[in-house]
Order: sequence, then C-alpha cells, then structure tokens
Amino acid sequence: MFSTRNFNRSKPILFILILFPSLLWAYQFVTGDLGVNPIEKLMDELGLMALKLIIITLMITTLSNIKPLKSIVVLRRMIGLFAFYYVCLHFSTYIVLDHFLDMQFIIQDIIKRPFITFGFISFLFLIPLASTSTNNMIKRLGFKLWKKIHYLIYPVAILASMHFYVLVRADKTEPVIYMGIIILLLFHRIFKRLTRPQLAQSRGSFPYRQD
Amino acid sequence: MKILGSEITPYRTYLNRRKFIKGSLASAALATVASSVFANHDSDLSIYNKNLNENDKLNSYEEITTYNNFYEFGTHKKHPHLNSGNFKPRPWTIKIDGLVKKPQTFDLEKILSNVTIEDRVYRLRCVEAWSMVIPWQGFQLSELIKMAEPLSSAKYVQFVTVFRPEEMPGQQKRTIIWPYREGLRMDEAMNPLTILATGLYGHEMPNQNGAPIRLVVPWKYGFKSIKSIVEIRFLDTQPETSWETLAPWEYGFYANVNPNVNHPRWSQGTERRIGEFKRRETLMFNGYEEEVAHLYKDLDLNKFY
Repeated sequence: MFSTRNFNRSKPILFILILFPSLLWAYQFVTGDLGVNPIEKLMDELGLMALKLIIITLMITTLSNIKPLKSIVVLRRMIGLFAFYYVCLHFSTYIVLDHFLDMQFIIQDIIKRPFITFGFISFLFLIPLASTSTNNMIKRLGFKLWKKIHYLIYPVAILASMHFYVLVRADKTEPVIYMGIIILLLFHRIFKRLTRPQLAQSRGSFPYRQD
Repeated sequence: MKILGSEITPYRTYLNRRKFIKGSLASAALATVASSVFANHDSDLSIYNKNLNENDKLNSYEEITTYNNFYEFGTHKKHPHLNSGNFKPRPWTIKIDGLVKKPQTFDLEKILSNVTIEDRVYRLRCVEAWSMVIPWQGFQLSELIKMAEPLSSAKYVQFVTVFRPEEMPGQQKRTIIWPYREGLRMDEAMNPLTILATGLYGHEMPNQNGAPIRLVVPWKYGFKSIKSIVEIRFLDTQPETSWETLAPWEYGFYANVNPNVNHPRWSQGTERRIGEFKRRETLMFNGYEEEVAHLYKDLDLNKFY
C-alpha cells in the first residue's frame, strides 16, 4: 500500500493539487475576486501556503521514520520545491505589486524591519536547498554533505514562522500553532539523534530510490 | 476641510430627504426616523463628490463595508462584514460620567434630536498603511460635549465600546482586553473635524462600521476612531487606550498620522488607497495639517507618537 511505487504514482495528482491554489489566486487577482485589497490578500495567501508546505516537508521526514511509511520521503523533494515556488511568488508580489520595484525602499525595509529581515533570510536559505535538489547534485556533493546543507530547513522554518508571528497584530493563535509544530518536529529529531545515533547515519530519509 | 454647509440639516429632515431624495413628495415631512434609510446610495454621488479633494476619489459602499478592522467581530478584514449580522444597535444609550456636572445616560434618539447631522467626506488612514475616502454622516463631538456639561477640570475624554460577547463573537476571545477603549485630549475632542458618525453613504451606520454611533477623528490612525460607543467619561488624566495598553512601543495615545514616524514593524511613509494599484505618499496629519497642526505645536511628535 505505502510502497515507493504508490507514492510515486500519487505525484502527478499532488503536483496539480499544490499548484492549483497559485493558479486560482492569480486568476482571482486578475478578475478582481480577491477582495478590496487584492495585493495584501495575494501576498498573505502565498506566504501562508509556503509556510504550510515547509512544515509538511518536515513532517514527511518524521513520518518516514515509521517503518510502513518509509517511502513517503519520495514526496519530500517535490513539496519542498513547491514551497520554494510559493516563497518566490510571495517575495515577488512584495517587490513588484506591493512596492512597485522601489528598490531603495525595499532594501531599507529588509534591513530595518525585523519581520521582513526574518522572511528575507528564510528566502535566502531556501535557495541552496532548491538548487541542490537534483539527484545529480546529491551524488556530486555526497549524501553526508548534502544532508548538512539541508539542515538549513530548520532555520528556514523557524524564521518563516517568526516572520508570520511578528506580522500579526493581536490574535497570535495561528502563528503559534505553526511554531509549536515546528518546535515539536525539531525536538523529535534531536531526541532521536541523542538516543539512537546510529539511526541518523542510516538511509532512512534518503531522498530518492537507489537501485 | 470638507464640510458641506449646504447639507447641514436637522437629523429628522436629513433622513427624510435621503429617503425621498428622488420623490420630492411633500408628505415626506412626517416620515419616521430610524427606519429604512436604505435609499440607493449610489444614486446621488454628486452630493459627496463636490466635497472631494481633487486627488481623492470616494471608495465604494462595498469597499467601505467589507474591509474593516473591528476585532469585536473577528481579526480578519472580512470578519466584521460576515459576523456582525446578529448585532442589535437599537435601542441604544450612551452613559456620560466622570468629571461632569451631572452623570447621566442619554437615549441615542434624544441625542440625535438635539444635534445637526452633516455630511463629512474624510480620508481614513489605518495604522496598517491602507486608506479609504468615506462619506460619513454625523455631528460634531463638541455638540455632545456641550450637552454633557463637563467640569473645567476635565482635560481628557475617554470612550468605551459596548461589550456583548453573545452578539460580537470576537469578544469571546481575549485578543484585546475588552471592552475596547479610546481617548482624546479635550482640545482634540472639541476640534470641529472630530465627529460622532451615525451613517455613511446616506445609510444608517452598518454594524461592521460601528453601529449605531462611532467616533471619526480623520487626522489620526483609524484605531482611534472607536466604534459602537456606550460610554463617554471625562477625566483629568490621560486615559488608557486599548492598543497602547497592548503594545505601547507600537501604538501611542496620540496616534496622529505622520509619515515621518514609522511603526516599528513597517514604514508609515506610504499607504495603499483601497482600489488603487500604486502606493501613495502619506500626508502629515492625513492632509488635515491646516486644521489641526496648531494642537501639537509644543509636542515632540517623535516621542508622543
């Protein structure tokens, strides 16, 4: 049931499902169905989607420790790349639509406002992750080094959730839930490492099938 | 300042004229108050348009009533529109207390029969860097203050929003310390620009915009313009206000619109006018510098933001 093959087969459906919201929002943006402040709405939706996808990639790694679900890890790369896709859209909405390429203002904004700084660093850290995602890159870097680079997903997730937390004016429930999940997943991994160090060396979360 | 001299009418006549604006029926003189003011709000835009600055355009009724910050009905912009259906703005009373000759509770209808309802087209600038242009109907706060007869020791006015968690679902959660509270210095409260609004676009005030009566202080960030007011208190010390209590490093008592003093998390130099694509420069005191700058000539606006 949870074989690598079945997970691989579900990929096209997942691909469409995850891509769909961005197409819908783009369509609604053009037709004026995103409410009266469409730029803000678009930016919020894209950012939130990216954060959710980042958290899902972390969950996948954790789930892949459960024996029958081991193969779920084959979905991680695609979802991670989609997270990057949504972050890029989120960031370019901010630059192009929100501030109309006013680069002087944007640079000031990134430096001066902590929540934008968090978001921006998070985006920067995602770039090496996305660009080392091919099988070829894993081979060239070696799994050990590749894995070390991909630990960057932790600061990415923490910074992204802080970016969201600081932005909210009063009711912080939603960002706190996301932060909680991230911290829980992180603790699980630290705990696992401390108690069963040999597992960390195993190929439990190797990102693709090697035959 | 955008006050329509020609539009100054007593409240009853005002409602009647709105109701029969196209009918020109003589019998309109005896029509009822407080019911069906729902004339077609788009049919007579010229009334408002001639009061606009050349750079401004009225926001639509839909924009004004579907994009609101009114945490009593939820923290999302669409929540007040979606969640305010069960709110009952009538009957309504306003309690006047603190440093006044005689503390008393006024029936809203009684207040309205003693004041002059006018059209006021104002820019509204939210602290979140978006803005709108809204045609309000209301009366000067100074008129109510005169009715309240404050003592000479009263230096500040505090306002309190109604607390009805069963009708205002947002109040069931402690996002802010309820009830919402705001305040003004006495000279700010007496300024002719400061109004208590009871309607917009010729409608009675929609629930999501602060029915039945709300403050509008157009040179301050929107959160100062407290909604659904049930109590007005006169004090000799500066009152606590909701957002200042929640995050004093971000929101001050004065909260004057000021492009030179940034919010710690974002710039206040520009704003998005709802309905426009490119951002606009934010104007000092939201463009009402001429009318209100003198109130703050001895105040360090960087310190008292």
